Amino acid sequence: MSVDSAIVRRIAHLSRIAVEDDEVERLGQELNAILAFVEELNAVDVSGVEPLTSVLPMKMKKRADVVTDGGFADDILANAPEREDHFFVVPKVIE
Amino acid sequence: MSDPTHLTLAQARDALLAKTLSASELTKAHVEAVERAGLLNAFITKTPELAIEAAKQSDARIARGEAGPLEGLPLGIKDLYCTKGVRTTAASRILDDFTPTYESTVSANLLRDGAVMLGKLNLDEFAMGSSNETSAFGPVVSPWRRKGAGGFESARIVPGGSSGGSAAAVAARLCLGATATDTGGSIRQPAAFTGTVGIKPTYGRCSRWGIVAFASSLDQAGPIARTVRDAAIMLRSMAGVDAKDTTSVDAPVPNYEAAIGASVKGRRIGVPKEYRLDGLSPEIAALWDQGVQWLKDAGAEIVEISLPHTRYALPAYYIIAPAEASSNLARYDGVRYGLRERGRDITDMYEKTRAKGFGAEVRRRVMIGTYVLSAGYYDAYYVRAQKIRSLIKRDFDLAFADGVDAVLTPATPSPAFAMGEKGSSDPVEMYLNDVFTVTVNMAGLPGIAVPAGLSANGLPLALQLIGRPFDEETLFSLASAVEQAAPKIEPPEPWWRESDGARP
Repeated sequence: MSVDSAIVRRIAHLSRIAVEDDEVERLGQELNAILAFVEELNAVDVSGVEPLTSVLPMKMKKRADVVTDGGFADDILANAPEREDHFFVVPKVIE
Repeated sequence: MSDPTHLTLAQARDALLAKTLSASELTKAHVEAVERAGLLNAFITKTPELAIEAAKQSDARIARGEAGPLEGLPLGIKDLYCTKGVRTTAASRILDDFTPTYESTVSANLLRDGAVMLGKLNLDEFAMGSSNETSAFGPVVSPWRRKGAGGFESARIVPGGSSGGSAAAVAARLCLGATATDTGGSIRQPAAFTGTVGIKPTYGRCSRWGIVAFASSLDQAGPIARTVRDAAIMLRSMAGVDAKDTTSVDAPVPNYEAAIGASVKGRRIGVPKEYRLDGLSPEIAALWDQGVQWLKDAGAEIVEISLPHTRYALPAYYIIAPAEASSNLARYDGVRYGLRERGRDITDMYEKTRAKGFGAEVRRRVMIGTYVLSAGYYDAYYVRAQKIRSLIKRDFDLAFADGVDAVLTPATPSPAFAMGEKGSSDPVEMYLNDVFTVTVNMAGLPGIAVPAGLSANGLPLALQLIGRPFDEETLFSLASAVEQAAPKIEPPEPWWRESDGARP
């Protein structure tokens, strides 16, 4: 499998990372080098093997579904690049 | 008292309790060492005023007989740990001036026990790297230098990564110990490169809450220190269950320090034949053989074991870690914190912000991760890698079920290299640094790197011990046996130190 420039642009867009035209070729080469490196995994027989979901035999801890925290709107907004009162400001998303 | 920065953490602790040294004196000596070590670039943010104030409070607590286990001991904190009111960058431009309004659980545990924070330590951007060259704040310079025929070479040596600032600061005696994190070797490889001790505990031993996430199923916090005992003291304070991290494990935290010097007689040590890679350098092979001999001399029993899926660990890691990273790093969108670049609409804003904020290695990994998780490739790459991860873990499970107490391997395939020497044309060349360490993260096991000798060109080399889940105590016992047997590796002379005249 080889990543061409169309795929690089598609992955970049899915990743929400802008790429310049002159970066595409080099990025494609780098991604192909990594994909070539992982290629040897195809040699492993994984039939009947379950994918690992947790390194420890543990159950996800659960707690009562109640509010235990909150009331820190100022803290949460403290680092916002742009805010208005207790809201994050973003470019218009609905016409 | 002579220079207090030459004390180990344990010696400094004892001196403070014996009142032959004050926390203020100890902290001032370290603050000054930090100030004069700008050349190493180990710190991103220094907090000398906070440190001196905290030391005063420690002195007061010591006077009242209320000293905590780390009372008055100056430490560095990797800048991946959120620290309340102190800028936290993950060595990335994208976090900009992010100043957390909360403290990570592990750093809070250290402060609870009386530790004094000297500042935030440099690292590879988002902990993605093995040389500390990907930091947006410039590379860290190792205090170690290569020796050639005519004395020290001028080439700047990397301290390893991603916890390069932590390792360099501890090796250069800028702090008594430091926090670090390890996703594929980021504690153990820099410790190995700088002649320090680093332990990645079992997954779940330390809370990940408040530590900037890279790959959540692999990330784990741990200490870097100058001796095995110092690492044990730090880990006891760092570890413990936390309601804010559901993967943290509710198991008692032992007094790890008590394991130092315990007999290793009769312990079964596995030596995995698959780690004897084709082309393994004779120097590393000899170091490994030497380690086997030291443990044998200490009464341990050495057995050859097989971990047949070892060679697949690194490629599988380079699917799983980027996949998790692409998901974790989706949060850097220019909305809630950090950098924001203007765009013509919200998607354009996201794309421009992330293009400007992320460095080349981070962009590469986010893109690879996005690719292997995308429709049509998910089963072929991600699910397959997770199946191989099960096989890697099973290899270790079988060895431990067979009665092996720990596994001995080299820590790295080579000593530290010079800046710019690796990975500039092919990213995979840099990834190969983690070939001996990454299996441990894939299986969630504890692993410790302990200095074991010097290379022909005068740089530190280390051995790695891998343990059963939650059996860090055995690792501390075995590592201290190696430390006792190995030639003493003195930290380098402070060639980097700026003279009084050069200081502003």
